This record gives sequence, C-alpha cells and structure tokens, in this order.
Amino acid sequence: MAAFELYQPDSIKGAVDLLGKFGKDGWAVAGGNDSLDWFKDRIKRPKYVVDLSGIGELRGIRETSDGGVEIGALTTLTEVERSPLIQQRYKVLADAAGRVASPQIRNSGTIGGNVCQDARCWYYRYGVNCYRAGGNRCYADTPEGQNREHCLWGADRCVAVSPSDTAPAFVALDAKMVVVGPKGERVVPAEEFFIGPNVEITRMTVLEKGDVLTAIRLPAEWSGARGYFEKVADRQTWDFPLVNIAAAMVVSGAAGGEKIDKIRIAAGAVQCVPRRLTAVEAVVTGQPKSAETASLAGQSAVRGATPLNFNHFKIPLLQNLVTRAIRDA
Amino acid sequence: MADDNDGRGYPEPRFDIPTSRATSRRQFIKGVIASGAAVSSAGYLFTIAGCSREQGAARGIERMLTLNVNGKMKVVDVLPNETLAMTLRYKLGLTGTKLGCDRGECGACTVLIDDVAHYSCSTLTHAVRSRAITTIEGLEGPNGELHPVQQAMIDELGPQCGFCTPGQIMSAVALLKANPKPTRDEARHSLSGNLCRCGAYDHYLNAVMRAAGSGENVSRA
Repeated sequence: MAAFELYQPDSIKGAVDLLGKFGKDGWAVAGGNDSLDWFKDRIKRPKYVVDLSGIGELRGIRETSDGGVEIGALTTLTEVERSPLIQQRYKVLADAAGRVASPQIRNSGTIGGNVCQDARCWYYRYGVNCYRAGGNRCYADTPEGQNREHCLWGADRCVAVSPSDTAPAFVALDAKMVVVGPKGERVVPAEEFFIGPNVEITRMTVLEKGDVLTAIRLPAEWSGARGYFEKVADRQTWDFPLVNIAAAMVVSGAAGGEKIDKIRIAAGAVQCVPRRLTAVEAVVTGQPKSAETASLAGQSAVRGATPLNFNHFKIPLLQNLVTRAIRDA
Repeated sequence: MADDNDGRGYPEPRFDIPTSRATSRRQFIKGVIASGAAVSSAGYLFTIAGCSREQGAARGIERMLTLNVNGKMKVVDVLPNETLAMTLRYKLGLTGTKLGCDRGECGACTVLIDDVAHYSCSTLTHAVRSRAITTIEGLEGPNGELHPVQQAMIDELGPQCGFCTPGQIMSAVALLKANPKPTRDEARHSLSGNLCRCGAYDHYLNAVMRAAGSGENVSRA
C-alpha cells in the first residue's frame, strides 16, 4: 500500500472540511473493503485518506417523524440485514443486504460504501487506462474483450455495470440519499444518485470530491410493502451479481385473486446504474398477480437489451428473475 | 560433478544446506520480530504485501497507539496505511493470523473485533484503536488449554493442510458467541466467508457442531 496521511474526524463537518481542503488528493474511507484493494494495488494513490469510521452521527437506524426510516451511511450491512425495523417494513432491503459478499465483509462493509462502490470491470480494476480511468479506450467492449459481466443497456464508451446489491433495493423503495458537501446538504432520489457514463464516465454516483453520503431515507410510502430480492452470481458468497432484482409491491385482494396495486422494480448489474424497469411497472400495475402477468412482465423487462459478445445469457436470466419477482413477491 | 563449469559457461550455484535445523522458520520469524530492531527490520523483511514506509511529515493521526489485543494493552507504532493483519503478524508477532489473499477474498486473516468476525487484512489498524481484538492466540485458556472449537477441530479431523484453520476457527467462535446452538445451515452460512482450498468444509462443520455440543447434528456424509 502506498503511503498516505490518515485523518480520523469525529464529525460530519470535520470530514467535509478535510475532504474539501484535500480535493483531488483526498479519499474518504468507510468500511475500507473497496478502498484498501485500490490502495494495495497502487492504482488509486490518494495523498490524504479520511477515515469516516469514527463519526458516531453516521451510524444507526432510526424512525423518522413522517413514518419512514433513516439509515446512517456508516451502518454495517449486517446491522441492516438484522434490524427488525428493516425486516418488518422494508424486507427487500434486509434481503439484499444479507446477500452482499461474505459475512465478514457484511460485518465491516457499510450501507453507504455498498451503494458508493466503484465499478468491478476487471480491465478497469487491473489499472489500465480505460475511459473510466480517464483514458481513451474500452478494453471490455472489443471483439476479444471478456465482457460476460458487463452491461445490456446504457453503453457509452464504458460498459461496466452497477455492482451493488443494495442499490436496486433503494431504487425499488424510492429512497432518498442525503449528501453533505462543501456547499451544504442536499437530498437526492436514489434513481438520480447513480449516474451512467453518458453523464460522467469516471464516477458512478453524483458524489463529487468533498461530498459525503451521510444517510439514506426510506419513505413511509413503501413501508410494509412486499419485497422480493434475488441475486444470481457465480458463487453463493463473495461474488458480485451477474444480475440481481429488487421489487417492492403493494397488492390487494385475497390470496389467489390478488391484484397488483403499486410496484417499483429495479435490476442491478445490467447497466451502469441500477435499472428501474418502468416497462414492467406499467405492464403489471392494476393487473392480477398471476403467472400470465409475471410472464408478460419478464418479456417486457428485456425489451431493448443490447448484449455484448459474451453476456447474452443475462437476457433470459433477467427475464426469469423478473417473472419470479412478480410471481413470488 | 566436481567441476564448477559444466560447459554452459557459468558455474553451478552452490547452496549452503544446513545439516540440522536448529531453528524452525516460525521461530526465526518470531525471533526477528521480538528482537530489538524488530519494528524497523521487520518492515524491510516483509515488504511483499506490505506498506510503503515513505512517510511524510507527521500530520493527521498519531502513529503511536494502544491496541487491546487478546485482553492485553499493547503500545505499537502503526503506519497510517497499515492493516490490522500486518500489525498483528509483523509488529506483535501474532503469526497465528494468516495472510492468504490480502484482499478480503479468502478469510485466512479472520479475527474478532468486539466479538464480531472481520477480515484483518481489510481493516486499517488505526480504525480499531478503541476496540477489543481477539486473535487465535487469544482463545487459549489460562493454563494453555485449547478452546472448545479448537479441541473439536482436532477431534473431528477438521483441517487438512491447516492454513485456513485459524480463520475458520475465529469465524466459528464468533458464531457460537452470538448463537451457541446453531443449526448446521446456520454454521455453514457463518463460515461462508472462509475459503478452504483442501475442501474440508464438511469436516469443519462437523467440528463446529461438536463444539456447539449438538452431537446429533454431526453427520458424515
């Protein structure tokens, strides 16, 4: 690991001041699972590292006055997974948090870090000078490029995907991300928090240097909704998703004759951002929760998918996951 | 061949092979770490996965810190970019904690931080200064007796090569602290962050179930 100076502020203000001062040379670390890999490989070499882990006000899960729940960004994935509040009201998020990486990583990895993690494209991680790294070519989207894990939508020079398991759950729950920066606090809807290469190719979120994600707010509107999360990966632990699916659904009627009143559904690892499947939402809203609806939903989910050389398999995979989400939620 | 030159134009290398091994590799490493120049020389010896020592002027955090390791307070000089695994192994000589991948992908470096399993290779030492750290060495009883999980590992022939075993044991101990009577599936889930390249997973699970005192759940498929 290259040398850096370490700072351990104990307040959000202290962290934002430090990161604002250091600018491009600064780096914020929470759980460290993603950051330390970059540092050990000496690909990212910040001069100043700001360790957020001592900031108490960034921890914890609390109810908000409007009936929602706020999760501090430094809350670990294990805490989110096991929180009775999250399990009861936002099951899709508890399930998603429990499927991240391995137990030890969930014990140290934070919810904020999980949504802010960088792309896992192996060319980018190898340290080549690709578009995402500020260069002028893509190594994955070439005739020989190994792009089995890459995107179906939204390719724009870069074909990397959103690697997070909890990000699609936050999009499905219409969460709001609280960001504090040098200019103060702003609240960004989860859908707008993640950005594709067409917006800014070297970042995956709206966070700029000096910004800190401090909390994630879950709205009362989706409290108690049915949740469905499923992740398919090459291995059952550690691995990043090949495709994951997160849905929040409100249904009415008796078992057997249920109708889908309201739904939000998002897929991860198919685009650079968690992909909200608005076509599916339009197809199933107001429809009976039946096998036919689920099948139609699956078909509508994959419309317009543009596979690369080695990721065609993601199309039927996404189709089946959406079908199951609608059928089994 | 007595001739130094075998016709290839350069002499055969000569290795000085000792006839008896007075010191094991482990003793040697521990000796180096424990010796007076320990901290500085250890840094140069173990630069493989190590930390760059080119440090700027002291700003930011204080490098000297007190760590609570296995119930003892240890004063250590820790670099800002030093991981807990490096501190434990190369500053404190606690070599029971293994470094496998050094990337949070294998679990050999698992230790307990406040009784919860963590990868020490992916933890900055400075981030855990006020926490209680337990390594495999800390499981030892007051008279040197093995921890029940360690004894169960022996009884069930848990390990094969043994390199991942300290990490597996720490994960099992963390599980049993939180859930003294786990099901086999819960144990499997809790140990899912530890790789075993020998594939001795079922043996490890047998040992965990034996340590949990639920012998009836032990199955030898």
